[in-house]
Amino acid sequence: MSTLAELPSPQLAAELEAEHQALRRVWNDRGGFWGWFSVTTHQAIGMRYIVTAFIFLLLGGVEALLMRFQLARPENTLLGPDLYNRIFTTHGTTMMFLFAVPVMEGMSVYLVPLMIGTRNVAFPRLNAFGYWMYLAGGLVLYGAAFFNALPNAGWFSYPPLSGPQYSPGKGVDVWAQMITFTEISAMCVAVEIIVTIFRMRAPGMSLNRIPLFCWGSLVQSFMVIFAMPSVMIASTVMLLNDRTIGTHFVNPAEGGDPLLYQHVFWFFGHPEVYIIFIPALGMISSILEADTRRGVLGYPAIVLSQVATAFIGFGLWVHHMFATGLPQIGEAYFTAASMMIAITTGIIIFCWIATLWSGRLRLTTALHFVFGFLFIFVIGGLTGVMLASIPLDLQEHDTYFVVAHFHYVLIGGALFPLFGAFHFWFPKFTGRMINETLGKITFWMLFIGFNVTFFPMHILGLNGMTRRIYTYPVEMGWGPANALATVGACIIALGGILFIANVLNSRKNGKVAGSDPWQAGTLEWAAASPPEPYNFVRLPVVNGRYPLWLPAEERAAVTGMRTDKREILITASVDAEPQFLHVLPSTTIWPFLAALGATIGLVGSILTFSWYYVAVVLAGIGLLGWFWPRRPLEQEG
Amino acid sequence: MKRRAIASFFIAAAITLNGCMSTRQSALDATGIEARSILHLWWFFLILLGTIFAIVMILTLGALLRRQPASERQFVEQHHTPPQERERKLSRMVSGAGVITGLILFALIVISVITGKSIAPSGASNALLVTVHGNQWWWYFSYDNDDASKIVVTANELHIPVGRPVLIRGTSLDVIHSFWVPNLMGKRDLIPSRITEEYLTADRPGRFRGQCAEFCGLEHAKMALWIIAEPPDQFQAWMNQQLQPSVAPDDPDKQRGLQVFLNHECIFCHNINGTPAHGQVAPDLTHLASRSTIAAGTLPNTKGNLAGWIADPQRIKPGNYMATVPLESGDMQPLVDYLESLK
Repeated sequence: MSTLAELPSPQLAAELEAEHQALRRVWNDRGGFWGWFSVTTHQAIGMRYIVTAFIFLLLGGVEALLMRFQLARPENTLLGPDLYNRIFTTHGTTMMFLFAVPVMEGMSVYLVPLMIGTRNVAFPRLNAFGYWMYLAGGLVLYGAAFFNALPNAGWFSYPPLSGPQYSPGKGVDVWAQMITFTEISAMCVAVEIIVTIFRMRAPGMSLNRIPLFCWGSLVQSFMVIFAMPSVMIASTVMLLNDRTIGTHFVNPAEGGDPLLYQHVFWFFGHPEVYIIFIPALGMISSILEADTRRGVLGYPAIVLSQVATAFIGFGLWVHHMFATGLPQIGEAYFTAASMMIAITTGIIIFCWIATLWSGRLRLTTALHFVFGFLFIFVIGGLTGVMLASIPLDLQEHDTYFVVAHFHYVLIGGALFPLFGAFHFWFPKFTGRMINETLGKITFWMLFIGFNVTFFPMHILGLNGMTRRIYTYPVEMGWGPANALATVGACIIALGGILFIANVLNSRKNGKVAGSDPWQAGTLEWAAASPPEPYNFVRLPVVNGRYPLWLPAEERAAVTGMRTDKREILITASVDAEPQFLHVLPSTTIWPFLAALGATIGLVGSILTFSWYYVAVVLAGIGLLGWFWPRRPLEQEG
Repeated sequence: MKRRAIASFFIAAAITLNGCMSTRQSALDATGIEARSILHLWWFFLILLGTIFAIVMILTLGALLRRQPASERQFVEQHHTPPQERERKLSRMVSGAGVITGLILFALIVISVITGKSIAPSGASNALLVTVHGNQWWWYFSYDNDDASKIVVTANELHIPVGRPVLIRGTSLDVIHSFWVPNLMGKRDLIPSRITEEYLTADRPGRFRGQCAEFCGLEHAKMALWIIAEPPDQFQAWMNQQLQPSVAPDDPDKQRGLQVFLNHECIFCHNINGTPAHGQVAPDLTHLASRSTIAAGTLPNTKGNLAGWIADPQRIKPGNYMATVPLESGDMQPLVDYLESLK
């Protein structure tokens, strides 16, 4: 190991340049048409996740606007009941499965290896496979639109409404199979992130030095591993099999139990909220650290609160089912559990406020989004406390009060941090600064538009407006507030357009950023902007929680690693002591082919069950190619 | 002082916004004993949590607006952490805030559970038992009675006596629905293969609208109901009248209307006591004219609306299961005249 303080020496500079050239040859993905399908570097795949998810956000947003126009006045006839039901189902499904979870995964895939100081994720081919499965899932759902087979039973698809008798056609099958795709993808990312964080951290990055964003990714990944199988059991095993091969899980006409589906679905569905929210907490922490120029107060408290949130998050799914009439004692338990989660999130928020009080604030666009987050999310959290109370929930459940609540939680708790993160890491992603003035205008448009859209919905809900209705009579008096909400939605849309324009312009014309424009403390800012495909010429050695805030002479790097292979360093999971070297696979098309095979089979199985066998055979061929040993063996790694 | 001002501002804003709207179907305009205890709990939550929100926002904005001494600024820039003593003090405050949060939440759990107990189904001895079936997209009601000949069956409009608890015992014969009349009580899902219960008690006469709260397919939006709370004697009179068979048509026009009804598909689905029509899959029409709306609260019950509904149900409520029955041109008027005579 040598210290970077030696940098000025011309001999070292020449050495570094030679290593840089060698690494570039080894790590550059192949170009060309097939090369595009063979990419295995985490920056490329992470960015594909982010861009794809953003396109789905736009589609979901257009669906939301259509709904808002339909509801803008009573007895409107813009959308009929069938189309409206398909659109709200697709909106919810898109936002949950095709935007919120994948975009968080994309951010993790892109940022985690940079932040912990390694070259790639632990399983690059699995990473590529996960992305292709996710993309295929999204294409399946939107492809169904061309066959008039968009689902129409809600993003939750409760049987018996979603069962064979009440939802004939292929819409619900498409929905259920789309879940299979996105959940496979989520599981792939979760496994990668966990192994990457536990075994590939820079030497010296013990558990108590892991950046908070990576803690968020780690906790989220464990949640994914426990929650996602549950939704696959609900949607694929129970619902899809009831529909396609006549099993009797949840279809009451065949002796099945519709409440069983709700339990299994919400055992996934509630943790899902935290799967989206916990990485966003990490983003807030990262932005705060850079823009208050101090480490977040209460690092251990925040980490433990995130872990506790994950545990408690699995114990309160029944609060989505209070109206189904549970025995009293069970209800009291779930009320208590639902309220307890406010303690852990509360502590995290108090830590951040204390950080703001004791830091040196820099009012960037990203920090604007953090303040916006605090305002919106605290409202959403407090209405969540109301919904945890069973008597209040019995009035508010399935009304627009709940619509308001979860948009405050999800847009406030995930989308605002995410937009903050886009502005914050934009220089790292593109090498250029994003226009801050336009960024701040974007913030104000989104913030005002959001509150104008969703705040009136609280009152609409209390005044009896139920969810998922395509129209309402004039006498209900819901017209004015709905019109106001539609105006707000248009402001949000304009803010979105401004954001896109700003991104497209700034990545061409923005000021060149340099590696560390915010003078932040974590390792991703030691890499070039945008990062080289291998991230670091020499892997950094860490001896503090914020390695870049330490004096330059205390920084060190790993030397002596091969530059003719995609070699990485494996370290111990607790103390991150170097253990051994490992060669990662290079570019390969097999993950794409395996995903293509699985897609053909899974899509076919919507039509006939026997296509499952085709899926197994085709994906099997893909996996054979994937794992076929190459000679000499060491080239494979 | 300031925080109270802000909290009261939010409450005032909520009340004003609320005042702009009709309060006909509203949880904020409670007229039932159960709904009122929920509403009290709601105001308690709103004031307490609104105050907490105001405090958190003041603290957040305080961090933004406060003037930071230059020495402190320089210290943070240099060390990336504030002086140890200050850090310790802030940590203590965070811990304190965490403890206070826990205590408040504990109190909220206790008070919720107490309110929940007071409105939960428990054997009130004098309760009136009503069975509700949710259907795509209408409501079936029957009043329980040990004597089968005294069971009253109706649809979409439920009469209840003021001051007496009503036990709503519900299920569904197709998909999941949810019975909700916010002025009287919270919602209860109606689930196929299961029976759910809730109590509601009106404490003054009135007409209260409710609607299905669980997404139940195409016409979920048009599945409303009315509860009519009446003084006990009026309620009893209504019950007695509902127990009568249908009014026999007294003129040739209405007699022809009955024949039209009996000779078309209507008879397969609808029941009219006192005639051979005993269909059970659609609303009972024995006393159709005594109800104020048709098609589950979709239209006021007038001859014109009824004729329009019979002529083309799909136009008014697309996707509903009422058959479009082809009628001779001269048949509609007698049919509507007959149906609207079924007081």
